[in-house]
Amino acid sequence: MATPLETTARLTGPAPQEAIHRGPTWRDRIRSVIKHIVLIVASLIMIYPLLWMVASSLRPTEIIFRTPGLWLNDLYIQNYTEGWYALSYPFGQYIINSFIVVVGAIAGNLFACTLAAYAFARLKFRLRGLWFSIMLLTIMLPFHVVIVPQYIIFNKLGFVNTFVPLILPKFLATDAFFVFLMVQFIRGIPRELDEAARIDGCGHWKIFSRVMLPLMGPALATTAIFTFIWTWSDFFTPLIYLTDPIAYTVPVALRSFLDATAGSNWGAMFAMSVVTLIPLFLVFLFGQRFLVKGIATTGGK
Amino acid sequence: MSAISELSTVHRVKAKTPEEKRLRAREAARDNKAGYLFLLPWLIGLVLIVAGPLIASLYLSFTNYSLIQAPQWIGLENYARMLDDPRLLQSLKVTFIYVIVGVPLQLVVALAIAMLLNEGMKGLAFYRSIFYLPSMLGASVAIALIWRQMFESDGLVNQVLRLFGIPATTSWIADPKYALSTIILLHIWTFGSPMVIFLAGLRQIPGMYYEAASVDGASHWAQFRRITLPLLSPIIFFNLVLQIINAFQAFTQAFVVSNGTGGPSDSTLFYTLYLYQRGFGQFQMGYAAAMAWLLVVIIAAFTAINFFFSKYWVFYGD
Repeated sequence: MATPLETTARLTGPAPQEAIHRGPTWRDRIRSVIKHIVLIVASLIMIYPLLWMVASSLRPTEIIFRTPGLWLNDLYIQNYTEGWYALSYPFGQYIINSFIVVVGAIAGNLFACTLAAYAFARLKFRLRGLWFSIMLLTIMLPFHVVIVPQYIIFNKLGFVNTFVPLILPKFLATDAFFVFLMVQFIRGIPRELDEAARIDGCGHWKIFSRVMLPLMGPALATTAIFTFIWTWSDFFTPLIYLTDPIAYTVPVALRSFLDATAGSNWGAMFAMSVVTLIPLFLVFLFGQRFLVKGIATTGGK
Repeated sequence: MSAISELSTVHRVKAKTPEEKRLRAREAARDNKAGYLFLLPWLIGLVLIVAGPLIASLYLSFTNYSLIQAPQWIGLENYARMLDDPRLLQSLKVTFIYVIVGVPLQLVVALAIAMLLNEGMKGLAFYRSIFYLPSMLGASVAIALIWRQMFESDGLVNQVLRLFGIPATTSWIADPKYALSTIILLHIWTFGSPMVIFLAGLRQIPGMYYEAASVDGASHWAQFRRITLPLLSPIIFFNLVLQIINAFQAFTQAFVVSNGTGGPSDSTLFYTLYLYQRGFGQFQMGYAAAMAWLLVVIIAAFTAINFFFSKYWVFYGD
């Protein structure tokens, strides 16, 4: 389905200036070359720390601090084995923990945010406008203002050092950003479709599950991908709730390297940093088009 | 499709007989009920996870509470204490510098790169991915660790400077003069997500505006000033508001780069980091709650100021 954004892009087409000139002059060509040089240099600066981290993760620590280049004479795999076992549990434990939290968070967001979004976008109910404004306000609310009482509640209920405080709120649509994203998406789906289903005698649940959900694929994918990236990197919440090393998620475990090795075993630390970035990188690689579109539809009004 | 919509408008118009009216009312009641059923998870979350704790933290901000004993009412004392807490004032200073310097710089870079990328060029998708990637990774602890190494005395940055013959030995993260700048630099490095929003906005500007301007002999700079900036201003505004709200809550990078201390000499003591130290290091929950409310007020004030000034520079078409 073509979004309005894409259609405008296609209609307006490329390069406004070029339409005037008859074919590229050599001034244009020089401009273009300069532009590409600027972009390539900028790209290199942007990406160099990442490449260098990967290279350094395959070097002994003494050499890391002497080698700004990327060339590897031989692969020092020991960093990975050392890093994997450097903390109180093998690193796999933390990866599994993180995956449990991420999967729970994705399931929660997909479940609760779609329901709320359908209600806001399609159903008429009393005080809808008020609830909708409140929902928008909660997007801007800094979560620090609720974290203290939340912590007290979860602590009293004995949920500290479990994943409940990290997953349960997602099943209650507290990531209002995604509700908003889906409302925007549903508003773009022609109303005739649900009217037709309605005339055929479908109730709201059926319209939602049989008509809307199948059409919401891109919005669901965007939500799942953003949730993955944000939850995988989330540091503050697990730092507060997970104090027992067996429950650590990846970011908290990675940080504890600074204490465990007194910040000295950089090789092992880089190796595990690379390990934790791989899932993010893969999700970015395969989900990029959804991310770009999702961010553009919510951002471009 | 049109036949169906016609049918439903007919259906809507015809609701005149009392019989029909009752039917419509029943349908409205059913819609109302369905609306609240669909909204139920969100409503429960709003009450239990957001609104409840919001009120509770307002109450706690007037108490002394360490999790062990019951909260003890002390009125405005937490707020009064904040005024002569030098570390709190320092954390405000650090956070303000970060927001006021970091956010505009990041947006300028994002816009500049987006402009370079916009002209239907070769390799657009490739460049966009490269620039976008850091903003997806930037919040992670792994990146903060890299940053920590890069700006050590023997870190990557100094190694590269030495290649160019500059005898750099400063540990940037250990020097109170520079530590905050390294974190601002990290923020700028993640300019990818505002850039993607700018790219989408730039594509919505009709190409004929530029064509007309070129015919009239307008320079590139004039075109940027008179066409791009005004038409893009709602999106710049949107980015500015969001980025400021986010930047006030920055935490992870400062925490990792300073290993939780906010050092050296509190030069990276971000507001939320100090809040964490008070609340979850020393378990002064009352004070932490008061700090959180001050943060809400500050963010709300900044957002309001933004909206107030927006009428002078944000251009909402036609």
